[in-house]
Amino acid sequence: MTVAPSAATAQGALPARPGRRFSWAWLGVVPFFVFAALFMILPVGVLLAGSFEDAVTGAPTIQNYIDLTEPNIVEAYGTSIEISLVTAIVGGFFGFLLAYAVILGGLPRILRTLLMTFSGVASNFAGVPLALAFTFTLGFQGLVTKFLADSLGIDLYGKAIGFSLYTKLGLEIVYLYFQFPLMVLIMAPAIDGLRKEWREASENLGASPREYWQHVALPILTPTLLGTMILLFGNSFGAQATAYQLTSGSIPLVTLLISNQISGDVFHNIGLGYAMAMGMVVIMAIAIGIYSRLQRTSERWLRS
Amino acid sequence: MSGPGYGLRAPGALEAIESSARPRPRRVGAGRIASWIIFLAGVTYFILPLITTIAFSLRLQPFGQAYRNVINQDPQFASSLIYSGFIGIVTIVISVLLIVPTAYWVRLRLPRVRPYVEFVTLLPFVIPPVILVFALLRAFSGGPLPLTTSDEGLNVMVVGAYVILSFPYMYRAIDSGLRAIDIRTLTEAAQSMGAGWGRILWAVILPNLRVALISGAFLTLAIVIGEFTIASFLVRPAFGPYLSLLGHDRAFEPAAVSIISFGLTWMAMGIIALLGRGSRQSVQVAGAR
Repeated sequence: MTVAPSAATAQGALPARPGRRFSWAWLGVVPFFVFAALFMILPVGVLLAGSFEDAVTGAPTIQNYIDLTEPNIVEAYGTSIEISLVTAIVGGFFGFLLAYAVILGGLPRILRTLLMTFSGVASNFAGVPLALAFTFTLGFQGLVTKFLADSLGIDLYGKAIGFSLYTKLGLEIVYLYFQFPLMVLIMAPAIDGLRKEWREASENLGASPREYWQHVALPILTPTLLGTMILLFGNSFGAQATAYQLTSGSIPLVTLLISNQISGDVFHNIGLGYAMAMGMVVIMAIAIGIYSRLQRTSERWLRS
Repeated sequence: MSGPGYGLRAPGALEAIESSARPRPRRVGAGRIASWIIFLAGVTYFILPLITTIAFSLRLQPFGQAYRNVINQDPQFASSLIYSGFIGIVTIVISVLLIVPTAYWVRLRLPRVRPYVEFVTLLPFVIPPVILVFALLRAFSGGPLPLTTSDEGLNVMVVGAYVILSFPYMYRAIDSGLRAIDIRTLTEAAQSMGAGWGRILWAVILPNLRVALISGAFLTLAIVIGEFTIASFLVRPAFGPYLSLLGHDRAFEPAAVSIISFGLTWMAMGIIALLGRGSRQSVQVAGAR
């Protein structure tokens, strides 16, 4: 095909209308923005405005944010952040190893396809059914718990081990079920994106595999690794359903505290609820902000 | 095609160089064994909860009684699944109607608006479902739009929230679908045959986005069907809250319903995987955590 005809049709079909600066074209995106405003931006704006108001008098105040330093709220933020950090780091590390093992570890290719498909499903298997599945596994009456006790004499819930699924550690084990697969899903294309030429070039320059990883592969993968871990952090920081089902609120998490605030059965200071919600949004915004920045850095290298 | 330089090389030269580099000494041993160990450990962790849940669901005698109990004797099982499925479909239709014209228009005429659209579609990652539903309850429990007072209003809110949750996946799926087709040429061709905008979108762009639409749709469906947080705070008779309640009340039936729910997710993801062969997997972050 030659060039001229397509250029001609482009001019003919899409009216450039020289001389008319103002364009009504922006009207095309109005429904989208109106919808987003109605069901997300304005309602969150209501929370934001409310967080700076006294719940009773409506007078402007920052008292709600000062109240965030109450011990139970600080504890909730602390626990949420701790669980998110632990599952992000552990999930990130082992998720990376898992992705590495199936892609570069010399395993049969079919395992890789299996793992990727399964990860797609598992990263969506969260919330209530996930909490239930772990209750059946490692819960007080769980089958693995019973198996260990009956066949091997290991009493997980006994004094010696003192394990419980309904604690922080238990929740972390459950959260990892959707953290691993997410890491695998994001890291696999990144590991794939490491070009054969880079390895060959470093080998030709006399680098050992270890040196190749230390000086070439890891530095290239680091933004993706870090970014994904931060994404995992946000992923579990915002989780509510899993923890609610598993612990019925016995572990203090920000999401559960806010849930109590919504159902209105714990403390009736709605302004404080708004401030807690805004605190969460700020932490999530920081996490997602860093993530998308790091992702842009990594895309420069791993364009495929 | 290729530039003149490529044609001039000695035939087979590159292939010869490549194949000479190929027989690298294969490091069998420690690395490979470690890989197997990591893989098997991962598989164990992933499979164990599923196996125990299946085992638990089959414990009630006679065989399969827990499944029969929920499917035949619990009208709420079917009604909640139908409700969530219906809400899911409405969500998908509205999401597609909003995102396709927007993504198309931004690509074709308003590239400057792209960062803003992308920002808005990223926001659901920043605002967790529990906060979104909190905000919606506060915004619509009075004022000019009191939606919380009626069933219809609450249904509107739940669909609104789910459409927002679907934005990141829908937008990404559709936008990469649009990147793969030459929308400019298609639009010009349609215009030169006299099609209006509505017809271009419906008869030209949409059919070309089939794969993207289906994968966005099933991902949305998978999120909506199991969603708990938003549905429970809006007191909707949905599948997530139903399963949660069942989990507190009964022993074996929740295992059966969890397996059914996992099966549904598996089906939705399987369809996406089948269609999206070779393309990048979309990644889920918001939704039913």
